[in-house]
Amino acid sequence: MGKVKGILGKNAVPILFAVICALGVYYSGTGIPTILADLVNRFDRNALLVLSLILPVISGMGLNFGIVLGAMSGQVGLILVSIWEIPGLAGILAAMAIAALVAALCGFLAGKMLNQTKGQEMITSMILGFFSNGVYQFIFLFVAGGVIHFTSDILLSTGIGIKNTLEMGTMQYALDNIQIGGFSTKVDMFTALVFFGALFTAYYLFRVLVKKNRERKYWIRLIVSAVLIPAGLIGGQMKALNMYKMMVRVPVSTYLLLFGACVLVQAFTKTKLGQDMRAVGHDRHVAASSGIHVDKVRIQAIIISTVMAALGQIIFYQNLGTIDTYYGHEKVGTYCVAAILIGGASVRKATIGQAILGTLLFHLLFNVSPLAAQNLFSNSMVGGYFRMTICYGVIAISLILHTWRSHVDRQKKSEEV
Amino acid sequence: MAENTPVLSMKNIGKAFSGNQVLQDVSLDIMPGEIYALCGENGAGKSTLMNILFGMPVIAATGGYTGKIYLEGEETHIKSPQEAIEHGIGMVHQEFMLIPGFSVGENIKLNREPLKNGALSRVFGKSLRNVDFDKIREDSKQALDKLGVELDPEADVQTLPVGYMQFVEIARELDKSSIKLLILDEPTAVLAESEAEIVLGIIKRLSQMGIAVLLITHRIGEIMEVADTVTILRDGVNVKTMKIADTTSGEIAELMVGRELVASENRERSEHEDENKEVAISIRNMKVDMPGERVNGIDLDVYKGEILGIGGLAGQGKLGIANGIMGVYPTTGEITVFGQPLKLNSPKDSIAAKLAFVSEDRKRQGFAPDLSIELNMVVPAMANHDEFFKKIGPFRQVDRKKVQETAEKYIQEFQIRCTGPKQEVRSLSGGNQQKVCIAKAILLKPDVLLVSEPTRGIDIGAKSIVLETISRINRETGVTIIFTSSELGELRQICHRIAIVSGGRVADVLKPDASNEEFGLAMGGGK
Amino acid sequence: MEMVQKRMQQLGLPRIIIIAFIIIIFFAAFLQGQNMAQLISDSLVRFGQNLILALAMMPAIMSGIGLNMGLAIGIVCGLLGGMISIELGLTNIYGIACAMLIALMVGSLVGVLYGKILNRIKGSEMLIGNYLGYTVVYLMCMFWFAAPFSNPAIIWPMGGDGVRATVTLDGYYSGILNNFLSFEIGGITIPTGLFLFVFGVCWIIRIFSNSKVGTTLRAAGDNPEYARTSGIAVNRCRIIGAALSTALGALGIVVYAQSYGFYSLYEAPTTMSFTPMAAILLGGASMKKVNVWHAVVGTLLFQTMLTTALPVANMLLPDGNLSEVFRIIVSNGIILYALSQAGGEK
Repeated sequence: MGKVKGILGKNAVPILFAVICALGVYYSGTGIPTILADLVNRFDRNALLVLSLILPVISGMGLNFGIVLGAMSGQVGLILVSIWEIPGLAGILAAMAIAALVAALCGFLAGKMLNQTKGQEMITSMILGFFSNGVYQFIFLFVAGGVIHFTSDILLSTGIGIKNTLEMGTMQYALDNIQIGGFSTKVDMFTALVFFGALFTAYYLFRVLVKKNRERKYWIRLIVSAVLIPAGLIGGQMKALNMYKMMVRVPVSTYLLLFGACVLVQAFTKTKLGQDMRAVGHDRHVAASSGIHVDKVRIQAIIISTVMAALGQIIFYQNLGTIDTYYGHEKVGTYCVAAILIGGASVRKATIGQAILGTLLFHLLFNVSPLAAQNLFSNSMVGGYFRMTICYGVIAISLILHTWRSHVDRQKKSEEV
Repeated sequence: MAENTPVLSMKNIGKAFSGNQVLQDVSLDIMPGEIYALCGENGAGKSTLMNILFGMPVIAATGGYTGKIYLEGEETHIKSPQEAIEHGIGMVHQEFMLIPGFSVGENIKLNREPLKNGALSRVFGKSLRNVDFDKIREDSKQALDKLGVELDPEADVQTLPVGYMQFVEIARELDKSSIKLLILDEPTAVLAESEAEIVLGIIKRLSQMGIAVLLITHRIGEIMEVADTVTILRDGVNVKTMKIADTTSGEIAELMVGRELVASENRERSEHEDENKEVAISIRNMKVDMPGERVNGIDLDVYKGEILGIGGLAGQGKLGIANGIMGVYPTTGEITVFGQPLKLNSPKDSIAAKLAFVSEDRKRQGFAPDLSIELNMVVPAMANHDEFFKKIGPFRQVDRKKVQETAEKYIQEFQIRCTGPKQEVRSLSGGNQQKVCIAKAILLKPDVLLVSEPTRGIDIGAKSIVLETISRINRETGVTIIFTSSELGELRQICHRIAIVSGGRVADVLKPDASNEEFGLAMGGGK
Repeated sequence: MEMVQKRMQQLGLPRIIIIAFIIIIFFAAFLQGQNMAQLISDSLVRFGQNLILALAMMPAIMSGIGLNMGLAIGIVCGLLGGMISIELGLTNIYGIACAMLIALMVGSLVGVLYGKILNRIKGSEMLIGNYLGYTVVYLMCMFWFAAPFSNPAIIWPMGGDGVRATVTLDGYYSGILNNFLSFEIGGITIPTGLFLFVFGVCWIIRIFSNSKVGTTLRAAGDNPEYARTSGIAVNRCRIIGAALSTALGALGIVVYAQSYGFYSLYEAPTTMSFTPMAAILLGGASMKKVNVWHAVVGTLLFQTMLTTALPVANMLLPDGNLSEVFRIIVSNGIILYALSQAGGEK
């Protein structure tokens, strides 16, 4: 009983939001296949962006609202590729390369700035996002075409400034829908289930057998992964689930990429640099006095985070298909932070699992809340405001709880000494 | 032959900070396996000596040191802590250098993690080599076994009792290969008695392994128990080096605090003191929970019109007394001020009872750095006694003219060096900041003035002005003063009676002309 | 020469840049043949219109909360006051008086609550204030939909639930302060009533900061430990600071609206707290030090820049919103500068 209570208490936030989501799904009146199909896409778009928040948390810099810089870098890559008219997958890859470079530079500068304002990293990274948004708008509204003259379809009719929305053209789904030998990698959900079931089974077998991670959670994960295979095989044959088979299409290639990102982040935390980040995150002063270059480690964390966010934004748009040039990046920080918090993360602790769970719950909520509100209050706008209230409310409340708790802890500690 | 070569030998070490000589001609020799105690009061020069030995950058930045350092007979000039470690010198600092969320093993191996190649390092290069957690476990287990401590290398450090954290620190130094000299800075200061016993046991064990231990401590009992040799520093000078077998705890204490007796102007007055004087403050069974300066139940009477000195070694609780009376730290017990019971734990009520406080923690509690000198002086009087206001129509406004005049008066009287009463206190020197703090307290027109460590960190000129001022205020206005200081000389110079605090209790109340030995004994905790 | 250098130093880098910028804009406006008198008139109105919002930052900084990034909470309270005054059908002086009264009352009550929350999260006031502000704004968005107002001036014209996105004050108290005793000199209109009112508020704030409460507030804000050991109730000071700041924010939006002619509801308040923050910082305030002059000078500089930049930029580049982009860069740049000047922990 006490154990159940402990699990509930630890996961109170995700459980609460799972309940809200379930109610939302119920009242939205939408068919589960439709919701699932949308969720598969939304996860595809956002997962890497949310994952990019993990390393700064580990390094003790809190939630990096500055991933907005990464998102902007991603858009810089896409805009340049659009100007050069590189099509399809080559365009996406070129955009990623450019974006990674720009993001690394932005991340370096942001890291420098955050080292100046230790203890206030989150507010600084937030304002930094706003500020660079201004610079970004200045560059693409006025410098592009106004100062640097060139001709391109994506310029406004006056020849100065980039259009408000850009069509991705052949770049859309370039990652999601890679063709291999004439076969699309975008498959129905049951095939994907079998594929990823097999992949996870292999991965956890590797962990259990080779890496000797024998804790219970690894065994459970192994078993769950293995069960996915027959579930997919049987589900694909069932007539009753035909709707799911038809509507829910999973872009396996992008999901493979996301899986790879998770494995990389996981592996990264086990390296020397990852260990240093953990040390810096727990106690800056002790880390410094043991010879770790604290400022450098912090900058590295921000650079990696920014680069990940840049790549994430490109994945986002290759799925969405239309670039919102001036507003697409604005709320990325807020949404991703809210998502990871809903997944159960805090300012001091964030895991890959929390990022994934949070992305799923947050975007499920985003999907169903307008319709649910429409049905409940006959007004869809209320749903929009409701989800924004949740989004900001979650951030505000979890920050309050975290700050308050650490005050109480500090008090307790000073009493003990 | 090797037995006769000292591990560490420091010869005629001297060091000055901007003309101020803090170390002069200090020499010491430490043999392999020897337990060498170094003691002295705050500011005696211990930490500077250790900084020199450890090659801390602050030394080179302030002009280096004079004298020579020999390691195992070879002259060495240590330029960085890294070098010191390479030479086999380890140090356990007073504050724990532990990462709270890490395991015991990870802490022992902090920033010295054994690494191995992994997938990432093969692609991205050396800096992404994997940490070898298995080896961390094995190595730290070994180090802990050497200490003879039962401790799981995978336990989270945060969950350990304080004493065990100390063991982890020592294990980390042991794990560094080829350690020859281990410096322990106040290793038992924050430990319970039973834990301290274990630490002392470990120290003996280390010495049996042939590792020399340099023990910095205030606790004379510990020195007597484990050390082979003791050196006493005072005012940057090596007062005496003795074999423990040839000395007593009383002698060590006396040497630590002993000063030339200053001709005390108050001595004749103190002879007039009678028993039937009025009691200003009466303290019964006061306990104060001040970190590092805990008070464990004190009974003390302060007589009206006297200057009562409170002395004792650092960490023994002398600072807790004034802080307790003023309600700054959590306090229990009974305090009456001129017969009226005082409400505890409320600075506002303490001030209302006509007490005023000049805190030892000047930076944190003494003043508001961005406010002007004049505001700093008058804010407490404004907030508590509604002074320095004038009526303008229906509004009560700050009387700027009066504030400025008052500030100017005190600036003149205390010789505060500043550009005027509007200057920010932040930009003043330490001594002048202290004078602002004293003016602030006096402006509360207290019946009892509590002054703690007013001369800490200020230059000699300002020191004598501060002391003279305290003495003069007492003489001229008859205000009762509780004067806390770690410098016995100061206490003897201006106090009528001196209470010596040890272990959070009053060890003895002495006349200022009592002998050095009496003071030494009281500070050592014996009566 | 030394004198010049010293003056420059006193002025500080941000102000030098902005003043130089304003001079360039005026020069450009003159060359473009803009109506200079109109520009100056507009700047004066915008200055008065925004001053109280900038003043609202003052008690928060004084009491140690720092910049009140949750000013949106106060603004929402002001909007509520405004809506109620219109709903009651009060016009002219009665309308605005009623709006202000309700704004101040609701603002200070909510501010006390806000202050109590801020007392538990010392050190993160700005970040949490910001998100609390956003949360409250969106909560109110839902409220506006459900709000039981019936005055046709407030609710959507086509029927349906809730309040309009912008509620016009024409026929209520639009420009009532601006036009009171206003006069013209050389083509420049002086909004006398507005100035009388906002300088009146400045004067009251000045009296407040020279009172006993104001002085203790400053001590508590600068060094809470010093204040506590001096017998000052620090938490109470911070609550007073938060409440006053929120109330001023509420009052500020009413004054703003009467000059602007509209109340903007729903998501509008989310972006409104940045301009006053930037303004007071530009005026020379820091995260710790502030006085009324900082608010006055800062608002004058900042609003003049924004007002004059708009037509000049529009003539340069008819498309695109150059002056808005500059607002974003300048206001956030100033806040960033202040954050980095405050310096982090070691």
